Amino acid sequence: MAKMTFKAKARTSAVRSIVWVVGLIVSIAYVMPFVLVLINSFKPKMEILDNPLALPVEFTWDNFNQALQKMEFFRSLTNSILITTLSVGSLILISSMLAFYLSRTKNKFTKVTFLILVSSMIVPFQALMIPFMSIFAPFVSLNNQAALIFFYMGFGVALSTFLYHGFISNIPTELDEAAALDGASDFTIFWKIIFPMLKPVTATVAIINALWIWNDYLLPVLVLTPETQTLPLSTYLFYGTYATEYGQAMAGLVLAIIPIVVFYLALQRQFISGISSGAVK
Amino acid sequence: MRFTKNLKKFVWFGALPLAIFFVVLVVPFSQGIFLTFTDWNGFDYGKFVGFDNYVKSFQDDTFWSTLAFTGTFVVVSLVLINVVAFALALIVTTKLRSANIFRTFFFIPNLIGGVVLGVIWQFIFNSALPSISYMYEWPIFQDSWLNETDTAFWALIIVTVWQQSGYMMIIYITGLISIEPDVLEAARIDGASALRTMFSVKIPLMAQAFTISLFLTLRGGFMAYDVNLALTGGGPYRSTELISMHIFQDAFRLGNFDTGQSKAVIMFILVAVAAMVQVSVSKRMEVQR
Repeated sequence: MAKMTFKAKARTSAVRSIVWVVGLIVSIAYVMPFVLVLINSFKPKMEILDNPLALPVEFTWDNFNQALQKMEFFRSLTNSILITTLSVGSLILISSMLAFYLSRTKNKFTKVTFLILVSSMIVPFQALMIPFMSIFAPFVSLNNQAALIFFYMGFGVALSTFLYHGFISNIPTELDEAAALDGASDFTIFWKIIFPMLKPVTATVAIINALWIWNDYLLPVLVLTPETQTLPLSTYLFYGTYATEYGQAMAGLVLAIIPIVVFYLALQRQFISGISSGAVK
Repeated sequence: MRFTKNLKKFVWFGALPLAIFFVVLVVPFSQGIFLTFTDWNGFDYGKFVGFDNYVKSFQDDTFWSTLAFTGTFVVVSLVLINVVAFALALIVTTKLRSANIFRTFFFIPNLIGGVVLGVIWQFIFNSALPSISYMYEWPIFQDSWLNETDTAFWALIIVTVWQQSGYMMIIYITGLISIEPDVLEAARIDGASALRTMFSVKIPLMAQAFTISLFLTLRGGFMAYDVNLALTGGGPYRSTELISMHIFQDAFRLGNFDTGQSKAVIMFILVAVAAMVQVSVSKRMEVQR
């Protein structure tokens, strides 16, 4: 870099400025839809129809009061948090255990099982959703939230196990052997030695699954009832019913977006590293 | 001794997760394939009908138009998502002030579910853009894009690219920063132009990122449902139904469980074949560097 001529330096900085301007324009384009929703959520209906781009003249919280009530915001938010945390927590438990078993026990059975798990990731939910609903109807009517969490465990276990498997395979087996010589059981070895070392993958598994489950629509819409519906479901239902009440509809969308965006901004670094290490596998 | 030890380990660690996987995924999947050969009506079946359901599925004209629409959607969205995502990754990895803020903005649509994004854009296409168009007298947005099949297609593409490019961008950033600076320095000393460095050095060295991102977008394209539902709802006149929605409508709205499930199996085969072809082609490119 030291030998760069003056001309080359000038060119690099010119290129950088152009890239910066392009980046700025694209960034604005990417957030514009959200900005539009946000400014219109504070306006009465007529003002929105008049000019959707203008800032609110008659600033009102009324839309939010209406939307909070009509979409049962706090109930759906609680449902979403409950479903997501319990599903992600159970997925972490069962997948790390399964990955430990599959990577530490080498035989034909574990090899074939791992292969089946990996290839199952290509099966789209749509390919089994129709028999799925008739098979599980009794379970769903018994307790639809428990059923949904159980389903997420089944659908998420393949990818999560795959991620854990790659990581555990890189932990030297000498560690397990030394602990076994000291008289530790497999159970102790896993929980006391291996699991604490899995923190980075656990973060990846948690984030990838949480994003999926939080935003999922098709499975919960088939399983849940109005009392147990999650945020995407109640948002969509609310929008469908009150679409012509533009202000309220916009306020509903803002409410639906806020929780996950706040969560992301708080854990931004973990999100980015989670996705990039989850993808490289 | 060894066998009992393995069995114990299986019971402790493998049995429960595998049982759940088996019940939730393997059972409905195999039953789903089995049922396509019967006259299943959603509750029970009387007799085996061979390949009749598949024949009926392919005699359905709307199914063919859905397949064509889905195919076009998969190809166009795959190309555009990856081109845009790669460009975003290049912007963010150029040493810029505010690169982190740009990255955050590019990623935000990805955090939010397709249904919510779909209705945001429904408002934009149906209300915001037409009224802005009238104000400034632009002709192109005066009629909602969602009213015509062709423009509704591009509306779907715009929202899908906007939603997914941020995720793929992260994958490309990971690929770009994994390239050793020495290699780029060597290319510079050899007098390679920026464009040449890009195509002969950077892209071949990060081929794995392309394999993954192309796989994810291919699969995502076939499985797209949420944005389709919330943005166009399949309209006008079922002309923008992607395969997922078509299956849903066939089974749960029209009550055709037999053909609905056959179409679902056809969808599975399409996804599996397309993904296998894509991954094997991409893998070959990775080796050839």
